[in-house]
Amino acid sequence: MEFAELIKTPRVDGVVLRRPFLPTVEGTLCLTGHHLILSSRQDNTEELWLLHANIDAIEKRFVGSLGTIIVKCKDLRVIQLDIPGMEECLNIASSIEVLSTLDSVSLMYPLFYRPMFQVIEDGWKSFLPEDAFKDLESMTEEWRLSDVNKDYSVCSSYPPLVAVPKDVDDDTLRKAAAFRHGGRFPVLSYYHKKNGMVMMRSGQPLTGTNGRRCKEDEKLINATLRAGKRGYIIDTRTVSVAQQAKARGGGFESEANYPQWRRIHKAIERSSILQESLIKLVEACNDQSHSMDRWLSKLEASNWQTHVKEILTTACLAAQCIDREGASVLVHGTEGTDSTLQVTSLAQIILDPACRTIQGFQALVEREWLQAGHPFQQRCSQSAYSNSKPRCEAPVFLLFLDCVWQILRQFPCSFQFSQHFLVLLFEHTYASQFGTFMGNSASERSKLNLSQKTVSLWSWVNRPQEVERLSNPLYEANCLVIWPSVAPQSLLLWEGVFLRWKRSSRCLDEAYDEMVHIIQYNKELQNKVNNLRRQLAQLETEEPLLQTP
Amino acid sequence: MEHIRLPKVENVRLIDKISSRRASVGTLYLTATHTIFVENETEIRTETWVLHSLVCSVEKQATTTTGSPLLVHCKNYQALRFIIPQERDCHDVHVSLLRLSRPGAQRYEELYCFSFHSNSDKEVRGQAWDFLSLKDEYSRMGVPNHLWILSPVNRDYKVSDTYPAELYVPKSATHPVIVGSSKFRSRGRFPTLSYYCKENHAAICRSSQPLSGFSARCLEDEQMLEAIVRSNPRSDFMYVVDTRPKLNAIANRAAGKGYENEDNYSNIKFQFIGIENIHVMRNSLQKMLEVSEAWSPSMSEFLEGLESSGWLKHIKAVLDAGIFIAKAVAEDGVSVLVHCSDGWDRTAQVCSVASVLLDPYYRTLKGLMVLIERDWVSFGHKFSHRYNHLDGDPKEVSPVIDQFLECVWQLSEQFPCAFEYNERFLITIHNHIYSCQYGNFIGNNQKERTELRHQEKTHSLWTYLWENRTDHINPLYRPDHSQTQGVLRPVTAPYCFKFWRALYNRFDRGMHPRQSVIDYLMAIREETQQLEEQLVSHEEVRQDRRADDIGYVPNHTLFPISCTTFDQDHLIEVAVLVLVFFLILCSVIHPRK
Repeated sequence: MEFAELIKTPRVDGVVLRRPFLPTVEGTLCLTGHHLILSSRQDNTEELWLLHANIDAIEKRFVGSLGTIIVKCKDLRVIQLDIPGMEECLNIASSIEVLSTLDSVSLMYPLFYRPMFQVIEDGWKSFLPEDAFKDLESMTEEWRLSDVNKDYSVCSSYPPLVAVPKDVDDDTLRKAAAFRHGGRFPVLSYYHKKNGMVMMRSGQPLTGTNGRRCKEDEKLINATLRAGKRGYIIDTRTVSVAQQAKARGGGFESEANYPQWRRIHKAIERSSILQESLIKLVEACNDQSHSMDRWLSKLEASNWQTHVKEILTTACLAAQCIDREGASVLVHGTEGTDSTLQVTSLAQIILDPACRTIQGFQALVEREWLQAGHPFQQRCSQSAYSNSKPRCEAPVFLLFLDCVWQILRQFPCSFQFSQHFLVLLFEHTYASQFGTFMGNSASERSKLNLSQKTVSLWSWVNRPQEVERLSNPLYEANCLVIWPSVAPQSLLLWEGVFLRWKRSSRCLDEAYDEMVHIIQYNKELQNKVNNLRRQLAQLETEEPLLQTP
Repeated sequence: MEHIRLPKVENVRLIDKISSRRASVGTLYLTATHTIFVENETEIRTETWVLHSLVCSVEKQATTTTGSPLLVHCKNYQALRFIIPQERDCHDVHVSLLRLSRPGAQRYEELYCFSFHSNSDKEVRGQAWDFLSLKDEYSRMGVPNHLWILSPVNRDYKVSDTYPAELYVPKSATHPVIVGSSKFRSRGRFPTLSYYCKENHAAICRSSQPLSGFSARCLEDEQMLEAIVRSNPRSDFMYVVDTRPKLNAIANRAAGKGYENEDNYSNIKFQFIGIENIHVMRNSLQKMLEVSEAWSPSMSEFLEGLESSGWLKHIKAVLDAGIFIAKAVAEDGVSVLVHCSDGWDRTAQVCSVASVLLDPYYRTLKGLMVLIERDWVSFGHKFSHRYNHLDGDPKEVSPVIDQFLECVWQLSEQFPCAFEYNERFLITIHNHIYSCQYGNFIGNNQKERTELRHQEKTHSLWTYLWENRTDHINPLYRPDHSQTQGVLRPVTAPYCFKFWRALYNRFDRGMHPRQSVIDYLMAIREETQQLEEQLVSHEEVRQDRRADDIGYVPNHTLFPISCTTFDQDHLIEVAVLVLVFFLILCSVIHPRK
């Protein structure tokens, strides 16, 4: 195997592992092509299996011949390995550095991983666009599934099948695509059953400085409006950012050319700023000082909570336009692959109860993130600790998960899943044995033939025991639209991710178990009482027969 | 009633805080005790009641074309914005409310507790006050015993008029030592027992600052501390904790007050714990309220405001101090003497926080009531001054017990299964500390309350809370849970402290979680209880039926045993059961054709 030449020292004995909340372990450290493994001889201690892909950065220290490697993971955990022998330590460190930053897709772990569990339902086939469209067809006939992008030639980041207005032909779509950033012409994101209003998403229009227009684009989006109705265009950029985009060939829809649409600008930050924000937030959480002022000021300066608020506010606005104003909405920013998806997916969480189920949330992630072309591989190749210069990294999806967590906190009984599911998704976007979040678009995943060569995360999640682990015991289906509060007082720091390795969650976990216990006991009793009632009813019907003389 | 210039104003608008565009139109009534706003919406007629004693400020703003705005801020953080059509009316309401909400200095008899349900049976009311007994509390802790005795020295409030009549002191402290020590302490507040740890004999004692000045010393005071050290046989020293910042304590020396000199007292370890004074705390709360009440602040404004208010920093300081003392008592088995200046603010905070950490009892409903009764009410925390019950010196006002309640809340967030009460309990107590609806917190010390004859004339909050305890129970609490046992060891890293939205934005409904886990679990628990009862009765019916089958005739005139003990709440269930029984009986006696 080609990994062998990268691993100079595959095995070191007498390595001491220190990690949060667990006792120190001494054992043998092994490096494989994809894992860093530490196992001790004792049976009662937990082994460490760490994917190289999960390692964000390492630091080396030496005291005499004892070397120490601090391993900082993408899931924000920090562990320490004390390695006897300077040479061994240096070899291990350099191997980890290389193995954790391999760029070659063909060497990635999901391509080597063989599942140790029985795949009941192949996750790669669980959420096909044609199935999702069947649901839409049952509600409305105004839309069709177009295969204009079947060979990814019209838009490289779109899936082969997209839903578009019935009256718009593929030629029009091709022309509209030429007028939109990255070929991302407006497509259907969500259909609001209650009033038939829709949410669409796209890339920015390429109006440029001289105000280019495109009749086909206008026709396409106007086709989604009911007669005499106006729609809203939610531009996730501020007016000035949108103005500046014109100089680079981009722009926004002018009132003159889109008279039936009202444009609203919001301020969701671009990816590089979000990455910086994540780094600052994690640094604040790791600050050793006990000063409240310092903590609050660092938390504020990270701007993370500001981003959460901005994204949620914009999603609420989109949902409000659809549900309250009874208007259709088009959402875009620049590329339409980041802030746009945050807004469209969160708006659906707010509006559509189906998205709050375990299956429905997977479908949402599949539809609005994976199929919609969010570049997961680029965005998640580094996390908060990496020393290398960020390229396209940004916690766009993590912010989405954080926003979902905020809504979950405010409506604790309306989600079928618990925060464990959100944390699990966070982990798997950054490092995973599954192929789901590999690549940057449907076309890349198809070229790599991932559905054949890798296992889908959904195959793992949708097994009964995992579904049970991720379930929210408080869940009671709530068919209503849920409006979260976006007041600063209502938005909290997501402890489950950012303080996960800083403070023990034992007491909170115990409270969770207690809650589960209360609910389970209640269900048991209900069953018992129902059984008894049945028995009594039976006795009652038998009784007259017995008593009849 | 003579203060009400205008009992009723029509066409008043009440403005919604979240969205100022939304307003409800209705009629405003002023009564002797409440301001009441009744919405005109004929269907629902929503009513908003505001107790006069809860009003902390009334502000009349410049008249606009729509009318005169009147802004009413309450001590429980409710804020109401009325628009009154006529300026004259607004003026009258303003003047009336100002007077009604603040009885003049020393006019205790005007406080709401003296008119609240004043006609109820005096005997029942008197008995209600016996619900909590501090004597029982001290004996629960294990005193008096061979080390600590009940001292009669302050029986007539002669030694210290702000101390309770019954005090516990080391057995070896003689009368002259106590009196001598009291003369060397501010307001005569000599060192006395607050909490006693039965298991290891370590004690938390409290006092005011010594009148040491730059060099004064007092033999009796030194003997008093020595007596405290000796009453803990397992330790040869004690901590003296001054909860003030060192600079403040030093400044006090110039006024002939100060702190203990380690050289003069044998076997003490002296320690400063810098908790700021009441003025700093008052300003801090004020600043924090500016952010929490701000109209739609940005996240940065909110976090910056929270930081610059310093509020959470102060909460952390109080909790850290409590942890220091709890650790000394529980882990080192060392007694601690706590004081600040007068020993009725910071000292009360720190002693009571330490008690909550040390003893699971104070994490129960009754335990917290007893704790407040002991460390705050009996030891002369100046409730009427601090919570502005009467028109007094604004510089005396400070959110001291608020900070204690918040510390308890912060702890309950870290240990969700450790507390028998929920946050509603803390908020209700907070509300009534200000409301003056109950007599528990009127006046500034036990002597004043006794003179006001509060036990004869007013109701006790504690009995009310106890009778309504189902509202205040934490469903996650289990007495046998591991979190419930022993000493709490909280983490006080800054990120463990949260803004207490449920209190400071209590009336901004829109900001709170729309679904409450507590309520959900309480409903489940209630249902579970009913199911348990049904299960028992069904089982019995089934067994009876089986008995029928084998020819045994049970006595059906009796209820199932479990039902005979039901109280009134279960009458309906009993009735249903009787019916079921009757039907079954009928089917037995009159078999269908």
